[in-house]
This record gives sequence, structure tokens and C-alpha cells, in this order.
Amino acid sequence: MVWRPTLPRDARESVERLAVRKTYKLFIGGAFPRSESGRSYAVTSSKGEFLANASKASRKDARDAVVAARKAFGGWSGATAYNRGQVIYRIAEMLEGRRAQFAAELVAADGVSAKKAGELVDAAVDRLVWYAGWSDKISAIRGSANPVAGPYFNLSSTEPTGVVAVVAPPMGPLLGLVSVVVPVIVTGNTCVVVASGRAPLPSVTLAEVLATSDLPGGVVNILTGDAAELAPWLAGHMDVNGIDLTGAAPELAVACEQLAAENLKRVIRPPDGEIDWLADPGTGRMTAFLETKTVWHPIGV
Amino acid sequence: MMFEYAPAPESRDIVDIRSSYGMFVDGDFVDGTGPSFKTINPATEEPLAEIAGASAEDVDRAVQAARKAFAVWSAMPGAERAKYLFRIARIIQERARELAVLESLDNGKPIRESRDVDLPLVAAHFFYYAGWADKLEYAGYGTRPIGVAGQVIPWNFPLLMLAWKVAPALACGNTVVLKPAETTPLTALLFAEICRQADLPPGVVNIVTGAGDVGAAVVAHPDVNKVAFTGSTEVGRLIARNVAGTAKKLTLELGGKAANIVYADAAIDQAVEGIVNGIFFNQGHVCCAGSRLLVQESVAGELLESLKRRLGTLRLGDPLDKNTDIGAINSAAQLAKIRELSEIGDQEGAERWSPPCAIPERGYWFPPTVFTGVAQSHRIAREEIFGPVLSVLTFRTPEEAVQKANNTPYGLSAGVWTEKASLMLWTADRLRAGVVWSNTFNRFDPASPFGGYKESGYGREGGRHGLEAYLAT
Repeated sequence: MVWRPTLPRDARESVERLAVRKTYKLFIGGAFPRSESGRSYAVTSSKGEFLANASKASRKDARDAVVAARKAFGGWSGATAYNRGQVIYRIAEMLEGRRAQFAAELVAADGVSAKKAGELVDAAVDRLVWYAGWSDKISAIRGSANPVAGPYFNLSSTEPTGVVAVVAPPMGPLLGLVSVVVPVIVTGNTCVVVASGRAPLPSVTLAEVLATSDLPGGVVNILTGDAAELAPWLAGHMDVNGIDLTGAAPELAVACEQLAAENLKRVIRPPDGEIDWLADPGTGRMTAFLETKTVWHPIGV
Repeated sequence: MMFEYAPAPESRDIVDIRSSYGMFVDGDFVDGTGPSFKTINPATEEPLAEIAGASAEDVDRAVQAARKAFAVWSAMPGAERAKYLFRIARIIQERARELAVLESLDNGKPIRESRDVDLPLVAAHFFYYAGWADKLEYAGYGTRPIGVAGQVIPWNFPLLMLAWKVAPALACGNTVVLKPAETTPLTALLFAEICRQADLPPGVVNIVTGAGDVGAAVVAHPDVNKVAFTGSTEVGRLIARNVAGTAKKLTLELGGKAANIVYADAAIDQAVEGIVNGIFFNQGHVCCAGSRLLVQESVAGELLESLKRRLGTLRLGDPLDKNTDIGAINSAAQLAKIRELSEIGDQEGAERWSPPCAIPERGYWFPPTVFTGVAQSHRIAREEIFGPVLSVLTFRTPEEAVQKANNTPYGLSAGVWTEKASLMLWTADRLRAGVVWSNTFNRFDPASPFGGYKESGYGREGGRHGLEAYLAT
């Protein structure tokens, strides 16, 4: 039996189809929970029009995200560099497939032209591809075989720092976000990201990309909400090993750096001026969250 | 059995200690306007010299001198800077015995260590970084110096820590204001004299003396561009908080509570030597000391018996005696801290053992000490004692060894003893520590990067990696 719509022909023509909107939630441990606080906030376009209600993450969400990131650290840091590179490249593939969706979100969020939005998505994809290739090369340029004055094998190699908190830049909701998150994880760190409070929607859509890219749950955790509320909890968290304050306003950054001193977190300070996210990023964002381990062993018979 | 040895003291006449010393600012020894203080020989409690104390104004003068010299020093071709550093390295070698005796007098460490470990490494460090000065463009961190470096160093390896700080700073074109520890300023001040013998331009190296407040003034000075500190994690935290919100670049080399893991298949006699070297070298005043022995249960009895037999042969006493293994504790304050934590070890139920060991009547001494039956929760297993005190724990599986080794906020160093290479590499891979010594311990080399994970600080000293801290990357 063939199913037939029951609506009369004239009625179907007069009613516009009602869109099914997406609920924008947090991304913690590979799942998409709402904030445990039950809070949300209205996100508007660059023209002030309502776009969606985003989850407003709380301290508890931030702490849950750190637990998820710590849980994921052993597996992700222990994966082969080749495997991590493959996963990052897979993220690029998934992002490319959603090019139109991200471009539309960037047009809405930032009021950029459709052409510019497309270029920004392309740049984000290309950045992922660039970093993917670094996974099995960074230790080669940052490590060393050391010619010590004695009969010892002496090798220095890089290892990820651990769990890193990232305050993503308020501008650049996709390219800026990708540019701060990927250098942290490609080397084996896991992270908790505070997304742009102003334009959080692309970060949640990026989470959907991450969730379908073979990235293990918990490697990237994304919180939407107020950076001034969330960042200090992460900066003072004793199980967070590093913090990138690129997106923190000056006063917030100082407060966070002071809190970060409590367990000697590695810190990236915010830039002096605007960052050109289209420029060559260099290796600094990777090396800021790398440790050097030097192993000695005697040589003899 | 213990052999009797006739005393074999190194002559202290080789070094001429003046009754008072000024600070070294802009190429001259000057009086300080802060409170002066005495430095004493910890082995005898006799005062060695009166040292000028720096005030905040003195620190400011030193920073200004360094700023002025920066223009000259940073503009000088690297090859010329290199020659100054080679000169300094050579003079250190020429005056090595004098420096070694002075170090042992001021610090209390055995002459065997200051002569055979500290001084050779100091000279080697200057040679190593001298060679980098005109090769920076090949190192991968750029070639631009940062400016004035404020450096604060500890008392456990006074001249070696100076070398670790000053040599790379100068090679990269920075100038320095260095604050040595208040209990061990003498070799730094003799180093200042060496800078003059080398005709180093005035202001390139400035040395300000005093206690913690002088160090704090150096760190907080607004015209200091780079801060390097070696010392306790507690002070490291304060410094990290202090530089927050500034543009100052910071490297920290802080405390440790290193695990020394001995697997059942290890060569026991070699492991025992490594354990002894790990915790009793320099009276245990070593941030990377192997202060937690983790021994596999099946060989714990045998290993401890061997270890105790070996500790019975250690000779504690006059640091200037060439046969001495264990010298004096550096200060009354440090001795009090070691005693306090050891008493807490007793109270918490660990079992204390020391070999029969005569303690000299004067001076600060603590016998080599082993605690067995230690649990991970005990304070002697968690806190840095910075003395000749070993805490022994046991484990059954490699996973348990790694879990216990990493169960600390510190991450400076670790040791692994096994004859099985794959197990060694498996363990080294999983230890969250900046230096892993396998089948050896407490080895140092200017070509090899040193520094910690987690709360043991950040940045590396030594090797190509050590340049990064002193270049504007």
C-alpha cells in the first residue's frame, strides 16, 4: 500500500514548512549534554536577530569536562602519532563535507559575505590538514640525540603536557577555534575549550564534526557560555596542566594566569593585538604544551 | 667492615677568603645599602665572610647597568661573545681547585664532589654554550635575545646553577642580574672576579647578594625581561603569580620527589650503587634526588640488606677530606626541616634506620637515613625532604610501579633499574618526568636538557633546548 499525504492540495500549498531547529548543547566526553545548571542564553546574529539558545555552562560542567579530558588522556597520548594524524585529517574531511553549513553559520554570526565565509571554512579545513601532518614530525624537530661526554645513550623526545584548558578567541568562531584547539590535541594533549561566548554556534557544529571523525570521546570538550565565569575555574583546577588564554580579555587573563600559578600550569598569554588567523601559525601553539623527556642509559658490554 | 683512613684534607690555603665582600655591579665590587650578612661554613659553624646586602635601590642599579650593557652585548657579533665565554670557561678550569675548595667550605659538600662533579660541569657548561653564541640561527629558536635576565639560584650547587643560568643567557646576547643564595654567595663572587679577569664588558654580569627579598626585587623589577629561577616549588608559585600579566618570559626548575624503580631482574649491586648515588649524593640536597625507592616485592629483602651493608661504608665528616662521602647539611634551617620531616616519618609509622655513624660535634649533620614500611600517604613519601633520607616502598607489577611513581605533583626525574630493555623503555615512556635515568642516576651534561613536568616547573636547561629560554621566540 502506498502512503499518501492526507492534507488537501490547496492547504499544502498555503503552509510554509516549519524548520526543525537544532538544540545547541555542550560537548563533554563525546556526548552532547545540556548544562547541568539548566541555564541557556540567547545567541544573536551580527544584526541582533535571535539565532538560538545556547547552553550556558557552569562550574560543574567545566569540572565534568576536565574529568572527561583526563580520562581520555591516556588513550590519546598513547595512540601512535600516525593514528592521531589520521584522525585530525579525518576531521578535515568531515569539515569539508559540511562546508555550506559552516559558511551559513559564519554569515549569520559575523555578517561576513558568503564568499568570505567560504574562504574562512576552507582555511579551517586547510589548517586541520596542516596540523595533521605535524603529529609524527614535531618530535623529530623538537627532540634530539644528545652528545654527552660519557658512555651514555641520551635521547630527548617530546611528550604532551596533559589536560589543557583553551579560552577560544571571541572573534573567528570557526577558524580561530580550530587554530587554537588542533595544535593542542595533535601532539596528544586533551582539552577543555571555552568557545566564543559571542558566537558559540559554530563550535557546537564543530563538535558534531569531531563526534563523527573517530576522535575518541573526551579528547576535545567544548563549553559554551561566559568565559569570564568559566575560565577561572579551569585556571585554578589542579588537574589541568596548561591553559591557553588567547581569547581571554586582559583583566581575565591576568586573573587566570595568577590562578594558574597554583599548580604551575603552562600558560599562553593573550596576544598584544588582533591575531591574523589566516597567517602561518608556526609551531608555537604546539610547543607551548609539550614537555621534553630525556632518557639516559649506559652503553657497555 | 669499615677501614680506618688517615685524614686526607684538601688544603684550604689555595683559596684566599676576604673578610668582607661587596656586590658586583657594572663591573665593580660595590657596597650594598641593605643589611649585610655573614656566610658560614656549615661543617664548623665558623663565619667565613661578611657579605654586602642589596637593597631595592641596589637591585635597580644592577638592572640599569645590565640594561646599558645589553645595548653593547646584544649588538656584538656572536663569535666575539663566544670568545668571552670560552675565556671564562678556561679561567674556571685554571682556578678549578680554588673554586672547588671555596664551594665545599661555603656549602658543606664533600671536596670529592665539588672537585670531580661540580667544577668540571661548570667549565663544560661555559664551553658548551660558548659554542652556540655564533650558531643560534641553526638552533631553531630565532636569534633575538630577550634583554635583561633576572636569575635567582639555590644553595645546593651554587656555582653549577650559576653556570646553568649565566652561560646560555650570555651566549644568546642577554645580560644578567643574578642573585645567589644567601648561604652560598662566595663562589658567585669569585666568579665575578673571573668575569673581570676575562675583561667581560661591565654590566653584562651583575651579582646582587642577600636573602629572599632581594630575589623578589630582581623578579619584580619592571625592566627585567626574563626571569629564571631554580629553587622550591613554593617560591616558584609566588614567582609565577608575580610575573602574571607582564611580558616577562619565565622558566622554573623546582622541587622533585623522584621515584627510583628497581625491578626484580635488575643487577642488584649496580642498583644499590645507583640508589646511594641517587639519594646520598650532595647530602640529598638535589632537586632530582631519587628520594622514593620503589622496589619490586620479590627482591626487596635482598636489596635492602645490600643497601644497608653499603650505607655502612659511607664516611660522613669533614667536607674537605678527600675520603668523605657525606658532607654537612647546608644550614641550620635545612637541618631543622630534615629533622622535622624525619620525625613525622617516625610518627606516621615508618621504620627509620641509619648506619652507625659518628656525628661531628660542631656543624650541621644528618646521617644517611632509610625509612622502610612507607605508604604513599606518608608525608615522607610525598614531600621533598631535600636531605639524605630515603623512603622505601614496594610494588608487585610494572603497572603498579608506574602508578606509584607518577602519584606525585612533581615530575622532575625518575630512575629505572632492569636488565630488560623493552621493560625499561615501556617504563620510561610512562613516567611523567623530565629526566629518566635507566641503570644509572644523577648524571648531568651540558648537552643534555634538564627540567621538569607538572609542579617541578617548566623550561629546559642544557642542550639546544636550553637556548629557548633566552631567545625571544
